[in-house]
Amino acid sequence: MLKKLMGAVREYKRPSILAPIIVSLEVVAECLIPFFTADLIKAIEDNLGIPTVLKYGLILLGMALLSLTFGILAGYFCSVAACGFAKNLRHDLFARIGTYSFANIDRFSTSSLVTRLTTDVANVQNAYMMIIRTAIRCPFMLIFSFVMSIRLGGSLAWIFAGILPVLGFALFYIIGKVMPLFRHVFKKYDKLNESVQENIVGMRVVKSFVREDYEREKFNRASDDVCADFTRAEKILAFNNPIMQLCIYTALILISYFCSKIVISQFGQTSMHVGTLSSMLTYSMQIMMSMMMVSMVFVMITMATESARRISEVLSEESTLQNPENPITAVENGEIVFDNVSFKYSEKAEKNALSGIDLHIASGETIGIIGGTGSSKTSLVNLISRLYDATEGCVRVGGHDVREYDLQTLRNAVAVVLQKNVLFSGSIKENLRWGDPDATDEELVHACRLAQADAFIRSFPDGYDTQIEQGGSNVSGGQKQRLCIARALLKKPKILILDDSTSAVDTHTDALIRRAMREEIPGTTKIIIAQRTSSVQDADRIVVMENGMIESCGTHA
Amino acid sequence: MAAPRMRGDGRRAKNAKGTLARLISLLFTYYKKEVFVVLACIIVVALVGVAPAVYIQTIASYIEQGVAMAKGGIPGPEAYAAIAPAILKSLALMAGVYLIGLVASFTSTRLGAVITQGFLNKLRQRMFGSMQSLPIRYFDTHNRGDIMSHYTNDIDTIRQLISQSIPTVFQAGLTLIALVAVMLYFSVWMTLVVFCAVLLMLFVTRFVGGNSAKYFVRQQQSLGREEGFIEEMMNGQKVVKVFCHEAASQADFDRLNNQLCSDATRANIFANTLMPIMGNIGNIFYVLVAFVGALLIAFEAPDVSLHALFGIELSMLTIVVTFLGMTKQFVNNVSQVSQQINFVVMALAGAERVFELMDETPETDDGYVTLVNACVAEDGSVSECAERTGHWAWKHPHEDGSVTYTPLTGDVRMVKVDFGYVPEKIVLHDVTLYAEPGQKVAFVGATGAGKTTITNLINRFYDIADGKIRYDGININKIRKADLRRSLGIVLQDTNLFTGTVMENIRYGKLDATDEECIAAAKLANAHDFITRLPDGYQTALTANGANLSQGQRQLLSIARAAVADPPVMILDEATSSIDTRTEAIVQRGMDSLMHGRTVFVIAHRLSTVRNSDVIMVLEQGRIIERGDHEKLIAEHGKYYQLYTGAFELE
Repeated sequence: MLKKLMGAVREYKRPSILAPIIVSLEVVAECLIPFFTADLIKAIEDNLGIPTVLKYGLILLGMALLSLTFGILAGYFCSVAACGFAKNLRHDLFARIGTYSFANIDRFSTSSLVTRLTTDVANVQNAYMMIIRTAIRCPFMLIFSFVMSIRLGGSLAWIFAGILPVLGFALFYIIGKVMPLFRHVFKKYDKLNESVQENIVGMRVVKSFVREDYEREKFNRASDDVCADFTRAEKILAFNNPIMQLCIYTALILISYFCSKIVISQFGQTSMHVGTLSSMLTYSMQIMMSMMMVSMVFVMITMATESARRISEVLSEESTLQNPENPITAVENGEIVFDNVSFKYSEKAEKNALSGIDLHIASGETIGIIGGTGSSKTSLVNLISRLYDATEGCVRVGGHDVREYDLQTLRNAVAVVLQKNVLFSGSIKENLRWGDPDATDEELVHACRLAQADAFIRSFPDGYDTQIEQGGSNVSGGQKQRLCIARALLKKPKILILDDSTSAVDTHTDALIRRAMREEIPGTTKIIIAQRTSSVQDADRIVVMENGMIESCGTHA
Repeated sequence: MAAPRMRGDGRRAKNAKGTLARLISLLFTYYKKEVFVVLACIIVVALVGVAPAVYIQTIASYIEQGVAMAKGGIPGPEAYAAIAPAILKSLALMAGVYLIGLVASFTSTRLGAVITQGFLNKLRQRMFGSMQSLPIRYFDTHNRGDIMSHYTNDIDTIRQLISQSIPTVFQAGLTLIALVAVMLYFSVWMTLVVFCAVLLMLFVTRFVGGNSAKYFVRQQQSLGREEGFIEEMMNGQKVVKVFCHEAASQADFDRLNNQLCSDATRANIFANTLMPIMGNIGNIFYVLVAFVGALLIAFEAPDVSLHALFGIELSMLTIVVTFLGMTKQFVNNVSQVSQQINFVVMALAGAERVFELMDETPETDDGYVTLVNACVAEDGSVSECAERTGHWAWKHPHEDGSVTYTPLTGDVRMVKVDFGYVPEKIVLHDVTLYAEPGQKVAFVGATGAGKTTITNLINRFYDIADGKIRYDGININKIRKADLRRSLGIVLQDTNLFTGTVMENIRYGKLDATDEECIAAAKLANAHDFITRLPDGYQTALTANGANLSQGQRQLLSIARAAVADPPVMILDEATSSIDTRTEAIVQRGMDSLMHGRTVFVIAHRLSTVRNSDVIMVLEQGRIIERGDHEKLIAEHGKYYQLYTGAFELE
């Protein structure tokens, strides 16, 4: 899992390595400050004169400036590294999803992919920043402060050695207790918010049935429950601070006691003095704080692992469709052959979506497909442009098995107007050019005329430059379908598949579209799936599907 | 423990002070005692926090005394023995003070957890409660995601504000005041040095913090753009595939992604360098204080201080030692406050949005005509009774004190109704219609012709601008909304089921319905068959708006839900639009049995569904242009005829 994620570091290796190194240097500089302060105080105490004081003062100032410089640099490098890492991770995810086949896409829900690309990456980014900065800084700070305190205070440092394990044990014990509670309550909290969303979406139902009070009670119960759980967890967490303080205070008192005892009673034999006291106290703070931070980093990283897992799941998903090794890069004609084809959506599926399909469609033929919901009309046509692979048998286009073609070649030759179609935010022109990026304005207009879209586009104030809103919400269903057909026509395909693409278009316009296609692109093989029999009545042949099988095949009459 | 999710768009509160005051006063109304206890505890914690500074001076001066004795020739151990009682005494005192501090700190965090979570709970519940009483207009004019973010992001920032920012600022502020007092007591010169540090920190905070905020807003903006793009592309994945558009959309994505990266890097650099800068300003001034102290000692300069004013003699060396500790503490507290400031600003904007939602004007209801259970006497007179009789009546109190009872029959009349969602744009013109009890009235017309609008007026989701709507002869404005809506059953195009079992979803129509009643309703709606075939039958749990059901099955469930309510009037709004003809036939049978004996308003996409209506209204741009039954309209060869023969597009 880690290996998958770490692959996204790439060009940010340098800052990723520099950050912890510089952080370590910062810690060294920072830890030396109390050490030299003790010397400075000693110099003041013993009245060694201004030059000596100045010397130690300058050393200290140098340390502070070094620590400042390193601190800023570390902050810089870790920001660059973490943000860059996140950027690459998002790039990798997006690119990986780009390779997915329809079968892969079916496996992940849209919203879960969006979450993985956004929230999960943000969590991992934060954890990464933590790791290269705080996770290095704190243990290092702890150890170095301890070493320095031994050098400075000798046996006094063993006070820390006694207290630290107690603190560590207490902190991790609390975390161990509280983490499962939090995990549990976060799930509940998400559920609560989902129920709010449900309420907002279904507000008309709530109001129609006069269920406002019922909804309030339901929400209050759930919210009380979440509140109780959160409070329980946070009450345990409330031990954290006092335990931390207890340890610091104990260290403070013990150090004050022993330090004063040693300094006075071993006067002349010890190097300790008043300055040692102050510096030892600083070290004790640094050590305890570092311990606390270590425990917090631990929590943050644990929380991010779930996100990391979800990301690597996407990255490890292999596309179920692979391009062949020596692909054919041209489709000769629009002939389609189904040779004893069976298909199921997943290996585990009990039922075949298609079974024993034998169908020969000549190039340029117009085929209508009708049948009830669940009769696998869509599954049938999805095999033609290799959106899915047949489980048994083979599908041939232009005389070759679809699996022998370069995917892009095949899909450019087979235009599909999907049942659940979408337009993208951008102008109408931009949307149409999905079909052909190099299409001239004349070509766009021509395609729209065929799809009977030209007239309504011109009726918009901005014509072809009209902005389509996200999801195409500012055009009607019928208009959207006609735009989608025009977009597909621009590919100048050998085979055109309309999967229930005129359901919102009136029969008259529907007929005009069919006539235009018959007259203007006679050489293109056309497959039309429809609910209305009228949409397929003038097809060369009509295929009636039922239960994944071809029930009958013939002309309308 | 939850990491603060730095979301939100960086907008600032319009009235930050007012919002803060309101938040605090709310906090006091709910948790007066607790808040006082916490405040008291925080004061204790702050004071205890300053104690080490004073004690170290004391201990240091004892050490100095002892050392002076040792220098004077008294052997170390003896010198210590002489001083030890005093040291131990003050250490014991210190331990006592610390103990109090611990208790205070424990009390304040524990109580703080209770207050924070309890307060958020109250806030959530109030917000949700107010939201339930908002008119449909609110939900039509506000984006779902925006409303949701009040419950997630905004509540989150308030949590952070109450549990961290306010206590931190309060405690740090108190500590700073106490520290200034102690510092002035010891030495004015050195205090001035520390003040210089504060000035520098304020300057740095303004610069770095300001930049950080600026880039943070930019980061949020590019994040928003990128998220929008991701959402769109994930939704359109299959289209991307069939057009081989992967490379192009990857290129677009990378452009947005790089922009986000550069904005995020900048925002993070400023945020990440603020801490080391602040900390090291502390270090630099630590050194300066030491140096100034050394100079003061070396030149035996007369220091100005409060202790001198009181005539108390303190050794300068011990003061310098103490001051060093205080400098660090002082700087730490200032940096803590400075870190919270940005957050407070953000959180107040969140709180303001929450208050805005709570302050929205609720749906008004001046209705006084109520729906009651009715007993019909043999002579035909209607009276009120407590138990459910299956008969209903409108209870209409009059100004003279008398009360009349009108039986509920389902007679709906609209007379010359004009309506616009906004006053400037009238969408319904002069609509007049009569629906007698038991009649089926159908609305046909293009999207935007005003079909749904008419039903929105009948159940008073919106109120009419001009004209009259009468229900059983009563002006619907006089009927209490809850009772009006209870008498109307509605099946919408978007089915909206709720998380819970199938049974619970059906029971939504009538909360006290028995299992048998629910099953009977399901049978009536033709839903029983498929429900029994579900893995757990009626106990099958539905998730995410019934995602585990097909569109047709969801539709059947929502019909069963309306059936169990058994209302005299039904509104079916495009209830069968997105299902195929075969499923529709099943749903249709369900609906036909449901419609039997009721007044029904049908809005349909497929004209086959409205054919057998008693009257069909053809709407165009908010006007009824044709009315009559199917045969009449066909014979007229008008718009309906064109629609029916498919010569005209419905969308």
